[in-house]
Amino acid sequence: MHETAPLLQATNVTKKYHGEAVVKNISFETNTGQVTAILGPSGSGKSTFLRALALLEPIDGGEIRFEGQLVGQIQKRGRRVNASERQLASHRAAIGMVFQSFNLFPHMSVEQNITLALKVHRRGTTSENRHTADSILQKVGLSGFSTKFPSELSGGQQQRVAIARALALGPKIMLFDEPTSALDPELVREVLKVMESLAEQGMTMIVVTHEVGFAKNVASRAILFDRGEIVEDLPPEQFFSPGNSERTRTFLEHVL
Amino acid sequence: MSFDPSLYFEALFSKSYLKGAVTAITLAVLVQVAAVILGFFLALGRESKNTLVRGLSAAYVWLFRAVPALLILILIWNALPQLLPVMKEAWFSPYIAAFLGLTLLETALMAEIIRSALASIPSGQLLAARALGLKPWSAIWHVQIPQMIRVAIPPTGNQFINMVKMTSLASVISLQELLYTAAQDVSRTFSYAEYYSAAATYYLVLVSLFMVAQSWAERKYSWDSSTSKRLSRVSRGRKETQNA
Ligand SMILES: Nc1ncnc2c1ncn2[C@@H]1O[C@H](COP(=O)(O)OP(=O)(O)O)[C@@H](O)[C@H]1O
Ligand SMILES: [Mg+2]
Repeated sequence: MHETAPLLQATNVTKKYHGEAVVKNISFETNTGQVTAILGPSGSGKSTFLRALALLEPIDGGEIRFEGQLVGQIQKRGRRVNASERQLASHRAAIGMVFQSFNLFPHMSVEQNITLALKVHRRGTTSENRHTADSILQKVGLSGFSTKFPSELSGGQQQRVAIARALALGPKIMLFDEPTSALDPELVREVLKVMESLAEQGMTMIVVTHEVGFAKNVASRAILFDRGEIVEDLPPEQFFSPGNSERTRTFLEHVL
Repeated sequence: MSFDPSLYFEALFSKSYLKGAVTAITLAVLVQVAAVILGFFLALGRESKNTLVRGLSAAYVWLFRAVPALLILILIWNALPQLLPVMKEAWFSPYIAAFLGLTLLETALMAEIIRSALASIPSGQLLAARALGLKPWSAIWHVQIPQMIRVAIPPTGNQFINMVKMTSLASVISLQELLYTAAQDVSRTFSYAEYYSAAATYYLVLVSLFMVAQSWAERKYSWDSSTSKRLSRVSRGRKETQNA
């Protein structure tokens, strides 16, 4: 059973803010190596759903399983309750998250940003971790940047460091929330290239994005979100084909 | 009556003024350190999910922001021993009373400074720390405290400079700090100008020294690679001299 369990599986997930559901009863699963692009209008719940998958938001209904194991909730006296922050911490280590606004730690050098998680999870000696940081930095095309501070980097470089930081613990899946939306247009390419090479190396990814090119060429699956629901879930060739549903066409006309 | 420089210099370099200055400084440092630590927890208390903790923390801040320092000192020194017999014993010195009173006050003010410093950290910082699997205290320690410190340094420095001066209030509970020492000389000789100027000179020098320290601390927290290199060179240099 466990070999066949999806890598990440959300079942009937609901998330409410102030009594109003912004993610409505969503079921979604993804397997190793799949690259999913999530598109949809602003305010449709894409970020909220991604944060729920990253175990950063307690959910109000449904469940999330990672490799078949229930995460985010625990059984307590026969009832399911949300896990505490302490319990969630170890589960989160297997899931990498990249944010629209980078969220690098400004008081730490690039290397310290990358090795912090290794340090707190006691994953290796200082010199081993420095090595890990160097090799990940090479992957994102930033060799030699380890002593720089975030304030000394361009937006594109910062986002690549944020990707490197998320990769440090060796996550099995990477979640990206509009990773290029805060970037100047000329810096978008370098970040997408890093994501593309990650996908080529077989990384499982879920990417909320408005980059149609990326969704078409890199993703193996495209999803349309609308008002807290998945309204379309297709291979990109079909998703972007003219014969697609009215709703998707309307949305795409809007972005393009 | 004219200003007699020899009286002034005699006081300035006398043991009793130096001792008064040491009393003022150690008291100010101890109060400030205690208030930073207690104020940090009080600030967390004000943001607590627990309503009772939040209410009590807010009440504390409200109370000690309202009552004047002088009144608190007199209450602690004169009223407290009437209520609690242990406070009548010899260990309860003016120094301890002043430490207690000023710490109670300063904690409330530091809590407000720390609270707004914490609030100034973008919410994405904590989110990123949690996404990396940092436990709550680990995120506070590695991510929030360092960023909080940078924002809190300037107002805390100002608080400390104020605290150095505030210790003079403890002269009313007969703590032998600078003002008390000068006032005693004055009451013997009526040479107001000379003795009070000597005390004022001490404050001037002390406060100037701390202003230099404050700007050094602000520079240390500039978060770029040139500062980080310069500082590690400085600390390495220091280590090497220690080893030599
Ligand atoms: N922390 C929050 N508190 C309250 N409402 C929120 C919060 N985060 C998101 N929302 C609301 O939930 C809805 C979905 O937001 P979001 O998931 O950010 O959408 P998207 O990423 O698709 O633009 C929006 O109406 C937004 O205002
Ligand atoms: Mg969003």
